Amino acid sequence: MTSILVSGRRRSWRRIFDRIMKALILLSVVIAVIPLFLVVADVVVQGLPAISWSFLTENPPSPLAGYGGILNGIEGSLLMVGMGTLIAVPLGVGAGIYFSEWPESRLSFLSSFMNDVLAEFPTIVIGLFVYAVVVAPTRTFSAVAGAVALAIIMLPIIARTTEESLKIVPITLREASMALGIPRWKTIFRVVISTGKSGLATGILLGIARATGETAPLVVTAGYLNFPPTALFQQTASVPYIIYNFGTAGYPNWTTVAWGAALVLVAFMLILNLSVKFFIGRKSTGVRAEI
Amino acid sequence: MTAPKGNRRSGSKGDLVLKAVVGAAAIGIVALLIGLGIELTSGSWLSIKTFGLGFITGSTWNSVSDTYEVFPALLGTLTASAIALILGLPIGLGIAIFLSERARGIRAGATALGSLVELLAAVPSVIYGLWGLIVLAPFMRVYIEPTLKTLLGFPGLFSGTPIGTDLFTGGVILAIMIIPTISAVSRDILNAVPNSQREAMYSLGATDWEVVRKAVLPYARSGIFGATILGLGRAVGETMAVTFVIGNNINLPKSLLSPGATLTTLIVNQFGNTFDPLSEAALVEVGLVLFLLALAINSLARVLVWRMTRSTRFRV
Repeated sequence: MTSILVSGRRRSWRRIFDRIMKALILLSVVIAVIPLFLVVADVVVQGLPAISWSFLTENPPSPLAGYGGILNGIEGSLLMVGMGTLIAVPLGVGAGIYFSEWPESRLSFLSSFMNDVLAEFPTIVIGLFVYAVVVAPTRTFSAVAGAVALAIIMLPIIARTTEESLKIVPITLREASMALGIPRWKTIFRVVISTGKSGLATGILLGIARATGETAPLVVTAGYLNFPPTALFQQTASVPYIIYNFGTAGYPNWTTVAWGAALVLVAFMLILNLSVKFFIGRKSTGVRAEI
Repeated sequence: MTAPKGNRRSGSKGDLVLKAVVGAAAIGIVALLIGLGIELTSGSWLSIKTFGLGFITGSTWNSVSDTYEVFPALLGTLTASAIALILGLPIGLGIAIFLSERARGIRAGATALGSLVELLAAVPSVIYGLWGLIVLAPFMRVYIEPTLKTLLGFPGLFSGTPIGTDLFTGGVILAIMIIPTISAVSRDILNAVPNSQREAMYSLGATDWEVVRKAVLPYARSGIFGATILGLGRAVGETMAVTFVIGNNINLPKSLLSPGATLTTLIVNQFGNTFDPLSEAALVEVGLVLFLLALAINSLARVLVWRMTRSTRFRV
């Protein structure tokens, strides 16, 4: 400690070193922001040429034949994310209620820990699991398999946000309800959940945002089809899969289709994000929107 | 117990039903993770029996000779993740320090910057991949990699012709993707450092940097380690962004400038190529290896971060 108190030339060296480190810290901030700016800028600049009304209503083009559209991907994504949400919401909200209302139980501790682990799990592994459980027995890639994989990915997000938004409902509200002789389960439904519902909605939107951008698990569960889905048990396209498929093919027009699909995806994410901000702004839930 | 009958009893029955229903959901999460482990093990049993430990130590992936060994991909995962951490940790930590220390007093700006950096994490990885392939890889080939070759051209690391789609670019794109994770978690941990730590140091006449270096960082050490491990977990599991830029070569890479593969990209690229039972089992075994890696990494990270922040704040 004494070395710090030494004044004179050493002190000025300390000042200079302090400046250098501050500059480096600022530099790291700048370095991190550059890729964000570049990625978004490139998506907009390179994706815009593909965008027209028909981009949303037509199927993808052949090589070197215009830009076509990504209708198959949009319909496939809507179908799979929609079904995935229907599976994940009851499970996630249920688990979240359990975590928040019975936090002391051993099951809460274990399940909540597993939930955190699951949230950070490589999504390709989840895809392989669904391949083994759904695709192999049904002998076909399918929208159902894709939806199950997306549901498993959304589940931990919804469970955690539900828990957090219910935990911050003031204890006095619960006590007031209990004091009126209202049983606990009714208190949870009528008071706790209705107070925390904007937080619930936030969690569901965050889950949807995450699922919509997922690609890897769909590669091993849903595959690709050049037409909109007509059945639940057939190969099903998705917007992120189009980005992968067309972005790596090398034909110039396909690359532009990939950029256009990326632009559609980013725009969708932006809308979801703004909705989350809207839900949070309307009622302060304490849940932070961090996708 | 002679509790009053009527309302209260029916209430407790409702309570039991609710607890059973939501408890089942909680059990479902545990069952899901256990089911994942069991299904991956049974699915890869054929491959485990056939190749044994050679699956991890051997370097041949050949469907003609029916040999599937993943050492090159394992090496690729470790190398690309190491590059990502070497580049991403100082930058992510720098942002965290900026947001928690230097930015004190200019809160509004810091919050805006924080959410901007966190937006990086909201962009789907497949879009990073597309950007990486079309924008970053050519840039690496023309500018960065020749420079590195000249500067660090000693035998080994940066030998060979720069092609842009290689292990090194894979590491760089991973670094870009894990910076938000590391910075957001580290920021929360630095914010959890008691201010008395800082005040004591300032009262000794320390500069801002000395406060950070000697009072804040040592206190937050285990939490920052946890954030790093969490970032490592992200890097190991990331699939799409890497698939675009790593070159997808299943043979042993010669240097950081050779095209390579990681465990995750191996699955994506080999999937659907052949559907004989052995190669399928081998791919599932790759998933099992990833499962075990992810389980170990994430458990460790969770324990470290939990101990520091004492909250289970969820972050996507």
